[in-house]
Amino acid sequence: MAKKLVINEEMCTACRRCELACSIKNAGEFNPLASRITAAVFLDENFYLPVVCQQCDTPYCMEICPAGALQRNETTGAVVLDEKRCIGCRMCIMACPFGGVDYSVAEHKVVKCDLCGGEPECVKACVWGAIEYKEVSELGLEKRKKAARKLQRMMREVG
Amino acid sequence: MFGWTGKILRINLSEKSVGVEDLNRKLAQDYIGARGLGTKIFTDEVDPKVDPLSPDNKLIFATGPLTGTNAVSAGRYNVITKAPLTGTIAASNSGGYFGSELKYAGYDLLVFEGKADQPVYLYIKDDLAELRSAEHVWGKTTFETDDILREETCPDVKIACIGPAGEKRVRYACIINDKNRAAGRSGVGAVMGSKNLKAVVVRGTKGVTVADPQRFKNAVDEAMTKVKANAVTSGGLPTYGSAVLVNILNSHGALPTRNFQTGIFPEVEKISGETMAEKNTIRKKACMGCPIACGRVTEVKTGKFAGQGEGPEYEAIWSMGADCGISQLDAIIKANYISNELGFDPISYGATLACAMELWEKGYLSESDTQIPLIFGDADVMVGFATKTGYREGFGDLLAEGSYRLGEKYGHAELSMSAKKQEYPAYDPRAIQGIGLEYATSNRGGCHVRGYTISAEVLGIPAAFDPLETKDKASLTKAFQDVTALVDSSGICLFTTFAIGGEEVAAFLSSATGIDYTLEKALLAGERIWNLERQFNMNAGLSKSDDTLAPRILNEALPEGPGEGKVSGLEEMLKEYYQLRGWSEEGKILPQTKERLGL
Repeated sequence: MAKKLVINEEMCTACRRCELACSIKNAGEFNPLASRITAAVFLDENFYLPVVCQQCDTPYCMEICPAGALQRNETTGAVVLDEKRCIGCRMCIMACPFGGVDYSVAEHKVVKCDLCGGEPECVKACVWGAIEYKEVSELGLEKRKKAARKLQRMMREVG
Repeated sequence: MFGWTGKILRINLSEKSVGVEDLNRKLAQDYIGARGLGTKIFTDEVDPKVDPLSPDNKLIFATGPLTGTNAVSAGRYNVITKAPLTGTIAASNSGGYFGSELKYAGYDLLVFEGKADQPVYLYIKDDLAELRSAEHVWGKTTFETDDILREETCPDVKIACIGPAGEKRVRYACIINDKNRAAGRSGVGAVMGSKNLKAVVVRGTKGVTVADPQRFKNAVDEAMTKVKANAVTSGGLPTYGSAVLVNILNSHGALPTRNFQTGIFPEVEKISGETMAEKNTIRKKACMGCPIACGRVTEVKTGKFAGQGEGPEYEAIWSMGADCGISQLDAIIKANYISNELGFDPISYGATLACAMELWEKGYLSESDTQIPLIFGDADVMVGFATKTGYREGFGDLLAEGSYRLGEKYGHAELSMSAKKQEYPAYDPRAIQGIGLEYATSNRGGCHVRGYTISAEVLGIPAAFDPLETKDKASLTKAFQDVTALVDSSGICLFTTFAIGGEEVAAFLSSATGIDYTLEKALLAGERIWNLERQFNMNAGLSKSDDTLAPRILNEALPEGPGEGKVSGLEEMLKEYYQLRGWSEEGKILPQTKERLGL
C-alpha cells in the first residue's frame, strides 16, 4: 500500500517551514503562496493545521479534469498533474474540497502536491513530526489506542 | 537581486506621499540588512541631535536578506529610530510573520518620515502602497486594531501596530506585530505614535529568491543539524520557552530581586518555567521558519486574572515577578497580556515599578504621589499599574517615563537600575560580570540581546567562562556584540546562535546573495555596524560617562549566593574593552579604526 502524508495537528507550531521547503523545491523561490501545502494558522484560536492534497482514493480533481491531465502515479500513489496536458481550466480546484489543487500566482499555472516523487520535502522540513509520510493502514488503530488512553486518564480522574 | 528584494518604500507622512526607491547594492553589501542597513540609512539621513518624538526623527522597518527564507528562524525585522527612552539609536527586533510578509510584498525597508496630521495606517498589497485613515482605530488596543484592520482589508494580511501606550508616547512603548510579537525595547512604539502612524498592514504574494539554491540548501541542512543537536535550541527552549532560565539564573544568585537588592528570589519555584509549563502552557508556537518554537500560548484558568494569550518570556516573568518581589504567576501572566494589548515593554515596566517600590520602601514616595501603597510583592498593584501605565493614568503617567526619569523626579536616580536610561534585563551583573560590561556598552542602553554573554557565562556555550571573573570578559563581550550585530542584520533570530555562529551565517549570506561573505568579512560587517551605532550615539551627545552602571551594581556587594560579596568590576573590563574596540580612553572611535571598518 502506498504511503500518504499524515498530519498530526497537535504537533504543529505554525512555523511554516513546510511551506518554505515546498515552495523552494517546486517553485524555485520562498513563497507561501507557491507552496503546495499550507499551514492554516488561526492565531486567535490556537489552531494550526497543515493542509495538503489527500491523494484521495477517488480523486474528484482527476474525475473532473476534461483534459486527462491528472493521473495516479502507481509507484508513489500520488495524483500527479501533467503540465503538458493541463489546459488551465481550474475545474480541479473547484472540485477539490481540501484546496489540494491550487493556481500558483508565482508560476501562473495549476499546481498540486506530487509527494516530491516519494521524498516529500515538507516532511523533511518539519522538526515537530506534525507531517509524516507513512502507511495509513493502521492509522485508525493508532488513534483508537490514543483515545483509549485519554479515556483511561479521564476515568481515573473521576474514579 | 537575490536575498534582498532591492526595493525601499519611502513614506512621507507630512506630505502623504509614498515612493519606491532602489536599494543601494554597495550599502547592502557592507551593512547587510535589518539592523545594520536600517541604521546606515537612518544615520545618513537623520541629525543625531534630533528630538526623538519630533517629526524630524525617522522610523525605519527593515528586513534582512535572509528574512522570508528557510535559513533557520529567518522571520525577523528590525525597527530603527532614535529612542525616546535613551536618546540613543534604537534597533528593536521582532519575529512573527510580519517581516517575511514585507519581503513577499517586495520590500527590504520602509522609511517613515515626518508626521501625519491625522491618524493613518499604511496599507501594502505588493506594488500597491497607500496611506489610509486610522481615526477609527486610534485609541484601540493592538488586538482590536489587528481585528478591525484585517476585517476591512484581507484575512491574510500581517499587521504591525501600536496600542494606546504608543499613542500616548509611553517611553518604552513597543510595536506589536501578529498580536503577540514585539519590537519591544527603547520606545520605538512611542516614535510611531508621535508620527500619528497607527499600523502597517501588509499582504505580499511574491517570492524571495536566493542566488545559489543548492548551496543555500546545504547551508540550511548543516545549520538545522546543529540546531536539532543543541541542548538549548532543541531541548530547553522548545520545552519551556525562555522561562527555562528562571531557575537557572536563581541558582546562580543572579535573578535580580526587589530592584536588584539581592540575586535570589525565595519563591522562585512559583514563577519558574517548569511551573508555567505545568499550570499555564497550552501549546508552543513558532515564528516564521523557526525550528525552536520558544513562544508559549498560555492561559490562566480561573480567578480574577483568568484569560488566554501569549507569554510571558523569561525577562517579563522576572521584571514583573522577582524584581517586584511578586510570586503570583497568574498575575504576571495577566500583566504580560496587558503589555501586549496596550503595547509596551514589560521589562522596562516591571523594572520601573520595582524602582518605584524601592522609592516607597525608603520613604521617598508617599501615598500622595501614588494614591496607593507600592509594597514589594503586591501583585494587584503590579497588574493595576500595568493598565494605568499603558494609558498614562494617575501615577502610571510617571511610570511611563521609565525608572531613571522617575527616580530623578524624586531625587533618587541612583535607584534606577538602568544604563543610558534603559532598564537592565534579568541578570545581576555582580554575579555575572560580563553581562555588566554588555549593559554598560550596549548601544541601546541596558540590554542583554546586543551581546548575550550569559550564553558563555551561565550556559557554557560555546565555551564555559567563570561568571564571577572579569578576566577575558572584554573580548568575550566584543565577540558576542559583533556576531549579534551580524545575526540581527541578516534576518535570523539570535536564539539560533546557541547552536550556530558566524560561519553558518556567512554561508547563508553568501549563497543567498551571491556575494562572497567569508567569516572574516561577515564579522567585520558586524563590527562595522556596532561602531556605526556608537558613532551616532557619540554624535548625539553621549560620552564615556554614559558607559556605566547604577551605583548599586558598582558599590554595593551582593548579599548572598555564589556572587556574595561581589560588585561589578566594570572599570577594568571597560578599559580593556575600549582598547580591543580600537577606541580612545575616552571611548571615541579612533581614526584608524574608522578606516579599518570603512566608516
